[in-house]
Amino acid sequence: MTEDHRSMRTPLGRVLHLGSAHHGTRVFWHQRLTAVANVPLTIALIVIIIGLMGRNHAAVVQILGSTFVALTMLLFIVTSAYHMWLGMQVIIEDYVHDENWKLVSLMLNTFFSFAVGLAAVFAVLKLSFGL
Amino acid sequence: MMAEAKTSRLKDRPLSPHLQIYKPLLTMMMSIVHRITGAALFFGMLLLVWVLIAAAAGPNAYASVQWFMETLLGRLILFGYTWALIHHMLGGIKHLIWDLGYGFGPVEREWLTVATLVGSIGFTVLIWIVGYLVMGVLR
Repeated sequence: MTEDHRSMRTPLGRVLHLGSAHHGTRVFWHQRLTAVANVPLTIALIVIIIGLMGRNHAAVVQILGSTFVALTMLLFIVTSAYHMWLGMQVIIEDYVHDENWKLVSLMLNTFFSFAVGLAAVFAVLKLSFGL
Repeated sequence: MMAEAKTSRLKDRPLSPHLQIYKPLLTMMMSIVHRITGAALFFGMLLLVWVLIAAAAGPNAYASVQWFMETLLGRLILFGYTWALIHHMLGGIKHLIWDLGYGFGPVEREWLTVATLVGSIGFTVLIWIVGYLVMGVLR
């Protein structure tokens, strides 16, 4: 197939294996990368949340603000926000066929994922630095 | 449509039969459930952000989170969130196994799919039992 002389792809484009989107399988790979990272991080998150249940505000602040819990939370938030951004992009590309709506949905997906991730990171840092 | 198909054999044949043509299989069901739980967790992230922002904002804001989580609706949402999280995680592990090229046999793929479903329900119940035990100790 790649030997087809009618191909629009240049020889350089062919050896780079990056396809028409110019980033090859990067999205696919990052989806798996964050998925693997999220397995231990999700287990850690569940343990942390169980530890928070039924506790008052002062105790919750102390737990969430402690170094290792805060670091685990930050890792979970960053990998999850990225993972869900990529995942929702795939869902949108599969189901939203109108070109304008697709662009709007993809934009909203990016805004939402970024805002949610940043808000969570900010909250953890604020708890951690005790401001 | 049917009558037309009888009179003209070449017309209106479905070139690419869609989902409703096939008998529903567990692997198919769990495939779409993986996507649905993923989408649910996408919006469920707001719940985590709400808890974290409220905790960072102060005791009053956190009290409203605690109040909501104690209500039946709050408990149901949290329970659903737990199941979606575990199911998506186990489904993800199944997909990683498939990505590596293992577990595609007729027995293995069914076994893996049943395991994700049974595992997600089992772990969710277990997590909630542990959660209630922890809360019981604190009170």
